[in-house]
Amino acid sequence: MDFQWTEEQQQFRAVLQKFMVQNLPDDWETLAVHGPASEEMTEHSAKFCAQLAAEGLLFPHWPVEAGGKGLDAWHQQILAEAMWGSGEPRGGQYMNVNWIGPTLRRYGSEDQKARYLTPITLGQTLWCQGFSEPNSGSDLASLRTRATLEADVYRINGQKIWTSYARLADTCFLLTRTSDDKKRGITILLVPMDTPGITVRQIPSLIGEGDIHEVFFDDVVVPEGARLGEEGQAWEIITFSLTNERLGIARYELARKALDRAVELLKQDGAFARETVRAEAGRCASLCEAARVANYALVQKRVDGLTLGAEASSARFATIMAEREVCAFVVEFVPEALANASPFLKMHHQRGIAAGIAAGAAEIQLNIIATDVLQLPREPR
Amino acid sequence: MHLSPSEDQVQILDFLDSLSKPFATLPMHDTSLALTSDALDQALTEGGFLDVMAIEELGAVTAAMVVERLARLPFSVEAAASALVRPLLDADLPRPICLIEEGQFRKPVRFLKTGASVVMVGPSGVFSFTASDEHVRHAGKEVLYAYPVAFLNAVPAQADLRSHAADPADILRAWRIALAAEAAGLLAAALQSTAAHVSDRQQFGRPLATFQALRHRLAVAQVMTNGCYWMALKAAGTGDAGDAALAALHAQETAKLVVYDYHQFFGAMGITLEHPLHLWTYRLKALTSELGGRGEQALAAATALWGD
Repeated sequence: MDFQWTEEQQQFRAVLQKFMVQNLPDDWETLAVHGPASEEMTEHSAKFCAQLAAEGLLFPHWPVEAGGKGLDAWHQQILAEAMWGSGEPRGGQYMNVNWIGPTLRRYGSEDQKARYLTPITLGQTLWCQGFSEPNSGSDLASLRTRATLEADVYRINGQKIWTSYARLADTCFLLTRTSDDKKRGITILLVPMDTPGITVRQIPSLIGEGDIHEVFFDDVVVPEGARLGEEGQAWEIITFSLTNERLGIARYELARKALDRAVELLKQDGAFARETVRAEAGRCASLCEAARVANYALVQKRVDGLTLGAEASSARFATIMAEREVCAFVVEFVPEALANASPFLKMHHQRGIAAGIAAGAAEIQLNIIATDVLQLPREPR
Repeated sequence: MHLSPSEDQVQILDFLDSLSKPFATLPMHDTSLALTSDALDQALTEGGFLDVMAIEELGAVTAAMVVERLARLPFSVEAAASALVRPLLDADLPRPICLIEEGQFRKPVRFLKTGASVVMVGPSGVFSFTASDEHVRHAGKEVLYAYPVAFLNAVPAQADLRSHAADPADILRAWRIALAAEAAGLLAAALQSTAAHVSDRQQFGRPLATFQALRHRLAVAQVMTNGCYWMALKAAGTGDAGDAALAALHAQETAKLVVYDYHQFFGAMGITLEHPLHLWTYRLKALTSELGGRGEQALAAATALWGD
C-alpha cells in the first residue's frame, strides 16, 4: 500500500495543470457561474474539449483500441480532479467520456459506434440523459414514456423531466418502456434531439441557466436501429453505465477548492484568525478528505479489475456530506460570495445544492449501503 | 498511489488474525467494563507485531493496519502508541506506553500502571519516565471507560526525566495517527456488532434493521467509519501533519456521532453489560478526549493546511 503519487502520475497532473493554465480563459470563473448547461458554458466546453482531444487529454483512460491511451483509473481520477477542481470546464461532455462512450463501445451497434463515438472523441457533441419522469424519480423503474415498435420504427410518447443539458444537447440517451414488465420492460433509444415531436421546456433552476428541463415526446419516430442493445436490456446497460459514472466525478475536489478559496478570502480581512472559523474549516476539510479517500479506494478496485459495488454509494454519500458542509461554511462565514463577491464560490454553491439529488438521491445511496454494504435485511415493500 | 495491501501486509494480518483468534470472543460470564488480556499482550510482543513500523518493507501503514485490526477485538491492549509512536522515541522503551500532553495531568491516562513508560509531549520537548507506585493514582472502581485507566499522581523532577531528541510536532503527529487507527478499528467493530444486532432483533414482527430510521443512520455511520479507516492509513502512509490531524479529527467526530446511536439501537440491552458493545464504544469515549478533542484536531488541521 502506497499513498504517494508515482512520478509518472505527478507528471500527468502537471501536464493537466499546464493545460488548464493555457486553455482556461481569464474570465473562466465568471463564465462558469452561468451554469454547466448554459449557452456560454456549452460554447466554451465545445472549444475546451476539442483542445483536450487535440492534446490527447479528453479520454486518456479509454483503451488504446478505442483511441485512448490505455491509462488506468488513477489517471482518470487525476483528470477528474483537475477538471472538477476548477469547476468542470468540460460541461456536460464529462458524461461522454465517463460513461456514454464506454457504454456505446460495449453495447452499441457498429452503426451507432460509427455515428456517435467520433464526435465524442473530438469533443464536439453534447448528450442529455432522458431518465427521470414526473412520477419516476428515485423509483426509476416505474417510468412510463412508451416506445412502440411499428414495423421498423419506434414511436415514442411520454415526458421526461429535470433533464440536464436537454435544450442544447444533440442526442438523448432515452429510457423508454416497451413492455409492462417493470425493469425488463425498459429499452434504451438513442434519439437525436432535433427529431420532430420533441419539445424542450426550460425550468428555471438554482444551479445556473438552462440546466433543468422538461422534455415532451409526442409521436416521435426513430428507426429501430436507434435502440441500444436489445429490448428490455436497459437495466443491465444502465447498471454498467452507472458503474462507469461512479468514477470520474471528483466533486470532493471542487468542495475542497471552494473551501481553500473561502479561507483565502477570510484571511484577507483577518477573519481566519478566529478559532471558531478555523476549527470549522478544519472540520470541512476532514469531510473533503474522507470523501477523497473513499473515492480513491474505488479507484484502486477499478485498477485491480474488480467490479465496483455498493461501496460506490458510500463514497458518493461521503462526497455529499463534504459538499453540504462546505456550502454551509461559505454561507456562514463568507456570505458575500452568494451575492457575486466570489464567482468561484457562487458557482460551487449553485452546484452544491444538487450534490445529493443529481445522479441518484442521497437516500437511495443510504438504502444501498444499508442493504449491500452492511448486509441489513431489506425493508418490506 | 497503490491502495491494495501488499503480500507482506496480507500475511501479517493473517498471522495477526490467527494469533488473536482466542481473543476474538468474549469469555463466559465476564461482565466487567474493561477487558484486558496479558496473554494477548505477550503474544503480540513475542510475535513482533508492535515493531513492524521499523521494518522497511512494512512501515507505518502496516503498523496502522495492525493497530486497527487489534482494536476490533473485545480485549483491549496497548498497541497504538507502542506500534506508531514508540519507534520514533526508542524501540526498547518498556511497554505499555502512556502518552500525555505537557501539563494535562487532570485527565485519566490509558494503561497507566507501575512500570509503564510515560511519554510527555509539549512545547518544552518530549520527555519520558518509568512510572513507579508514587506516580500512579488508581481511578477506583467502575470507571466509565473500557480501558484500564489511572491518574498521574506526580511526575519526577525535570532533572530525572529522560529527554528525547524527537521533535514534539512529530510525536503529536504520530499520536494522532495512532489515535485514528485505533478509533477506526473500534468504530468498525461497534458498527458490525450493532448491524448484527438490529438484523437479528425483531420488533413489530420484523427485524429492527428494516426500519429506515435505523438503516439510514447506520449507513451514514458506515460512510464515516470507512473514511476513518482510509484516512488513518493515508496519514500513516504520508506522514503528513495535516493528514494526521484530519484523520484524528474525523475519528473523533465519528465517535461522537455514532456512540449514542449504537446504544440506542440496542434498546435496554444497550445499557447492560451483557452485550460487549460498550467495550468498543466506551473506548471510543476515551479516545474522544485525547489531544484536546475535536476542536483541537480541527485547529491543528487548519494550521497544517492553511497556516496561521
